[in-house]
Amino acid sequence: MTFSFLRRTLGVSLLTLGSALLLPACTTDTTATAEAERLPFIGEREIRPRADGGPADTLYATIPAFRLTNQDGQVITNDTFAGKVYITDFFFATCPSICPKMQSELLRVYTQFKGDPRVLLLSHTIDPAHDSIPVLRDYAQRLGIQDASRWHFATASHDSIFALARAYMTAAQVDKQVPGGYAHSGAFALVDPQRRIRGVYDGMNPLEVQRLLDELPLLLQEVEQEQKAAR
Amino acid sequence: MSRRRSCVAGAATLLGAGLSLSGCFTERQNEGARIYATHCANCHGAQGEGLQRLIPPLARADYLTKNRANLACLLRKGLQGPLVVNGVEFNQVMPAADSHLTDSQLTNLLNFVQTSWGNQGEVFTISEVSAQLEGCGVVPDSR
Repeated sequence: MTFSFLRRTLGVSLLTLGSALLLPACTTDTTATAEAERLPFIGEREIRPRADGGPADTLYATIPAFRLTNQDGQVITNDTFAGKVYITDFFFATCPSICPKMQSELLRVYTQFKGDPRVLLLSHTIDPAHDSIPVLRDYAQRLGIQDASRWHFATASHDSIFALARAYMTAAQVDKQVPGGYAHSGAFALVDPQRRIRGVYDGMNPLEVQRLLDELPLLLQEVEQEQKAAR
Repeated sequence: MSRRRSCVAGAATLLGAGLSLSGCFTERQNEGARIYATHCANCHGAQGEGLQRLIPPLARADYLTKNRANLACLLRKGLQGPLVVNGVEFNQVMPAADSHLTDSQLTNLLNFVQTSWGNQGEVFTISEVSAQLEGCGVVPDSR
């Protein structure tokens, strides 16, 4: 009971956090005309003063370089997601608590954007000792994912995965007290082609996942405009 | 005091699960549904639908009728290894039930599953559940 209450409170505070982050993005960004349509940048930012005294540059947090292996045994890196928008989560195959619910919600996202090659999914295992490549492949196939290039189920060393979890705003840690041995949040992170996080959603909350489904097209639109401008 | 607390806690659940207010006044009503929502629904789904070929369904699952005699022990001890439900093979770990769940709570949970989502399974009595549990070496519950 307390758990569901807690989750609800968390969901609400995440929402509040989301809108709080959205607000400064609206007020400080003076260039775009469709300001409200632009997703916020999540994470720490660095303000770098310019030598010529002009307006300072804002540098947003970016996902660090990574090297993972997916369920087909293929190496995947940041380049795998070049020019794409992708959504991440952290799970493990034998997770008895939140993962099935979380993955069924991510499956909803997958199904909705199945026909759109600009959108990729990336699930990281936080139990690399158990979740070998065959285990990940079996998991993906049982979930109905035949095409690894659209939804990667990836592994790496324990340390790399946990560092990435922090980068993607997911709380994950070893905890012998909880069923399955790992405590982790069911956060989904939405990442843009510049490796910046543009949204964090509670993957356990269908309303939050709906918000992701609603916001994803806004990001795709922004990416399309940027790609057009670059040409 | 504890009754009031359980009512407050019930109200908190109410927000999330959308249960009726009567849950506050008759503590045991819908206990099976509440336990299902907190302990089982994340994997087996709010409607007992399961998840693809990963998590077996409970709704209209032939497994429930074929293995009726073992269901209490399955809940109490969990399950590991392959099993077939409605002709589909599954192979996941089902964790053992929370050790705080009493025989009567397990009974309410089983009966919720047996009578939900189109299931028309034969319901259990508490003594039947206790007998099943003793049969698989679970120490009788004194509560």
